[in-house]
Amino acid sequence: MDNAAADFGIDLTVDITDVVCPITFVKAKVALEDLTDGQVASIRMNDGEPVQNVPRSVKEEGHKILKLLDNRDGTYSLIVRKVG
Amino acid sequence: MTAVDYKALKNGGFMRQKQKDNFSLRLKVIGGNLTAEQLFAIANVAVKFGAGRVHLTSRQGVEIPFIKLKDIDAVKSELLDGGVHTGVCGPRVRTVTACQGSDICPSGCIATYQLAVEISERYFGRGLPHKFKFGVTGCQNNCLKAEENDLGIKGAYLIKWEKGLCTLCGVCVKACRQNAIKISESSIELEKVSCNYCGRCVKSCPSGAWQGEPGYIVSFGGTFGNKIAKGKELVPITADKTSLFRLADAAVDFFAEHAHPGERFRAAIERVGWDTFSDAIAKAHADG
Repeated sequence: MDNAAADFGIDLTVDITDVVCPITFVKAKVALEDLTDGQVASIRMNDGEPVQNVPRSVKEEGHKILKLLDNRDGTYSLIVRKVG
Repeated sequence: MTAVDYKALKNGGFMRQKQKDNFSLRLKVIGGNLTAEQLFAIANVAVKFGAGRVHLTSRQGVEIPFIKLKDIDAVKSELLDGGVHTGVCGPRVRTVTACQGSDICPSGCIATYQLAVEISERYFGRGLPHKFKFGVTGCQNNCLKAEENDLGIKGAYLIKWEKGLCTLCGVCVKACRQNAIKISESSIELEKVSCNYCGRCVKSCPSGAWQGEPGYIVSFGGTFGNKIAKGKELVPITADKTSLFRLADAAVDFFAEHAHPGERFRAAIERVGWDTFSDAIAKAHADG
């Protein structure tokens, strides 16, 4: 975990770069279900369709997106606080 | 029935089949929506009077094939009891198609079904020089293929950014497929010329900083049958429904006034001239 992500106090890191739509969102959703209200997850995803769409889906699930970090390696990390 | 008025039958949606005295009965469907009650009525008629099946048409319609000439009145009556009306064919405004839109679809920017109903109430069945098709799609994903239609409507968002609400999270920068959004340490910049009003910034924004009002992008003169041509956008995004219907009225009126009998909208526009047509549409746009 880099320093930028560490600032958020990450409780769980999940990597969804190994799956494609629609499993990207499913994997992120399942990971978030393991957290309790207020905990923070870092979801690592590929550039392109995942980073275009997964943040919106996470938002629509009602969670709070804090930041999207560019990992400078063709991936992004979405920092999400679990709501509910 | 002795003398059969085939033209009248066709007006009422009875499509003559290869098989003598058999008709594929076209039903009225708006925006691809049917209630369960309507589906039961259709199913019952298909079993009782048809071949026990239906055909889903390319434009979200339903046809019941193998309806017999002698049963037409009974069929119409039973359908009507279930809230189902017959469709139309021939030179008139056809079935208004629509995707599920913002009522159902997370991507939708406009309430497509409601709009399709309003269009249908205003224009459906109106006699014109040739067929005229409306299609309504909820967003830039264009599942409903707006530009295939004589008049296509595409849902969009007129967007604005509220600095005070923005957390500079960076989600919108990647959500935008036009690369129109740039982020700095303290602000967001929108490159307006690149924005296609897709609203993905609004849909993805976690803090409500990006805000959108529904708008309509209208295309004219699409045709995807014997001749294939994409409808053209002639005026900027339209913000309200009154203006939208003014554009639609202008297009339909132009078609009624200028087209020869049997000439499609696109062909009429090309013969009369895009400039002339564009002027008529621009005038309707400006009248608001």
